[in-house]
Amino acid sequence: MPIGWTDEQDGGTYRLKERDDEALFGYQVGPHSWKKYLHPPRRRLWQAEMRDNHMVIVDDEPDYPRYAFFGVRSCELNAITIQDTVFTSGPYVDIGYRERRKQAFIVVVNCVEAGGTCFCASMNTGPQAEQGFDLALTELLDPNQHYFVVDIGSKAGAAIIKQVPHQQAQEQEHMAAQQAVAQAARQMGRTLDTRDIKMLLYNKYEHPRWDEVARRCLSCTNCTLVCPTCFCVSIEEQTDLNGQTAERWQRWDSCFTADFSYIHGGSVRSSASSRYRQWLTHKLASWIDQFGTSGCVGCGRCITWCPVGIDLTEEVRALRDGEPRIGVAIPTLDAV
Amino acid sequence: MATKRKPKLAVWKFASCDGCQLSLLDCEDELLAVTDAIEIANFPEASRTIIKGPYDLSLVEGSITTPHDAERIHQVRRSSKFLVTIGACATAGGIQSLRNFSDVNTYISTVYATPDYISSLQKSTPIADHVFVDFELRGCPLNKYQLVEVISAFLNSRRPNVPPYSVCVECKQRETPCIMVAKGIPCMGPVTQAGCGAICPSYNRGCYGCFGPSEMPNTPSLSIWFEHLGMNRTDLVRTFRGFNAYAEAFRKESEAHEKHY
Repeated sequence: MPIGWTDEQDGGTYRLKERDDEALFGYQVGPHSWKKYLHPPRRRLWQAEMRDNHMVIVDDEPDYPRYAFFGVRSCELNAITIQDTVFTSGPYVDIGYRERRKQAFIVVVNCVEAGGTCFCASMNTGPQAEQGFDLALTELLDPNQHYFVVDIGSKAGAAIIKQVPHQQAQEQEHMAAQQAVAQAARQMGRTLDTRDIKMLLYNKYEHPRWDEVARRCLSCTNCTLVCPTCFCVSIEEQTDLNGQTAERWQRWDSCFTADFSYIHGGSVRSSASSRYRQWLTHKLASWIDQFGTSGCVGCGRCITWCPVGIDLTEEVRALRDGEPRIGVAIPTLDAV
Repeated sequence: MATKRKPKLAVWKFASCDGCQLSLLDCEDELLAVTDAIEIANFPEASRTIIKGPYDLSLVEGSITTPHDAERIHQVRRSSKFLVTIGACATAGGIQSLRNFSDVNTYISTVYATPDYISSLQKSTPIADHVFVDFELRGCPLNKYQLVEVISAFLNSRRPNVPPYSVCVECKQRETPCIMVAKGIPCMGPVTQAGCGAICPSYNRGCYGCFGPSEMPNTPSLSIWFEHLGMNRTDLVRTFRGFNAYAEAFRKESEAHEKHY
């Protein structure tokens, strides 16, 4: 456990720092989300072989791993719930996702501190996990004792707790846990005003801000790949040199690549402004029409891990009130 | 697959270091499968036996730097059904295109005892500036798995899986946390095409841009961030002036900073 370590996050920066207490979970969300386990970056969908000049599909019997996720934050649990809807509701179920998810055991850690790019409080996705976990821990460090208040969310969670030394929490400990989480909610480094956000983005379809952000946007895909809810993939066909075996692979893709929106004749979204608009509008607006919730859980990864620090909360603020960009002042080439 | 004869492969060298064509011989595990599927008809680095063209697939390494080569590439094109350029020299002019930013004659008179013997073009240019190219395979050097992939795609009449997106995608696939964000190390990854497997960032080094510009490189924005991280203008010019110095996006960016010296 990373005892003695924490992180500092802001637009385009992430730094590990030492801390002088014994906290086990004294840090915020890191570079990777749990997405990489449930929706892996690459996976083979099926394979075929040539046998006597006929193509035969080879049965793949994947051995779905049983995962226990330890230290899931509330925003991330909400992201998993969102991907559950994406992959397992409706007529076309992603079987691989469903099988990996079905067996996953989830231990949540409620946040008692918030980071510089956190805004789960704005998205109603934290810092306290409400449901969907097997166990939820709240870490409490006071001068006299270091302990966890545990909420049991499932029979499997209860079975685990039986095997761990524990005692019934007192009212005072419950209160301390609630207060710690409430403090995190007050510490959010970012806020996002979600009032009528769907129509806001739909109505700002044509807005100069899209070109402004495109001047900074690298179309590098980092925001989408670190996002715990972004789910887009592309399919690749692979063959061996002598044409005897073929495989179909699925890999993460992003609405920021040209090939992702390529159809006959060219890429539908050829400019960075159209790609950024597509991403932000889908994440915060059309996701609601498509899946019934926002696609954003306020984890702040897209802000921290953008190599040039583009901040979606700032972009929404600019679209909402037309105010100039606030935040870190970056020198322009002309000004230096 | 019922083939009448194996397709004939030729490997051609222009101004280059030979590293890319040797990558074909580095394909140790795949080499027997390659020679099973394709006849190596003209590859002087591998065999002194030369089988006459025309060739089904030509791999062209190196850039055009002499009047003689500017002629010879047309002969290569005429004798090739499918022409693939391999490596940064062939696709962007290579490291030798640094001459393009100054006067080549000053180098010639400095380096050679008898400059009269040297016949050189003012600029080092990519193959596609001279003849039609069916496919470009980037990198300094190229990635041997991408080379096998292109040959495999050619043999099976399918599209090669050589995506033009940024190196960032490969960092994320291999789970390397972004070194520019986490350590403040300037990295060319966000404007560089993937293909190497994001090697340098996994060793805490910024990407050098060996695979040339990605599909939509926003080099001005990255430069502003490099300055924000403390890079000076001299280093900005150098950063964009590497193995792919003459690739359009990198060339324009280095020239923009040179003006401000």
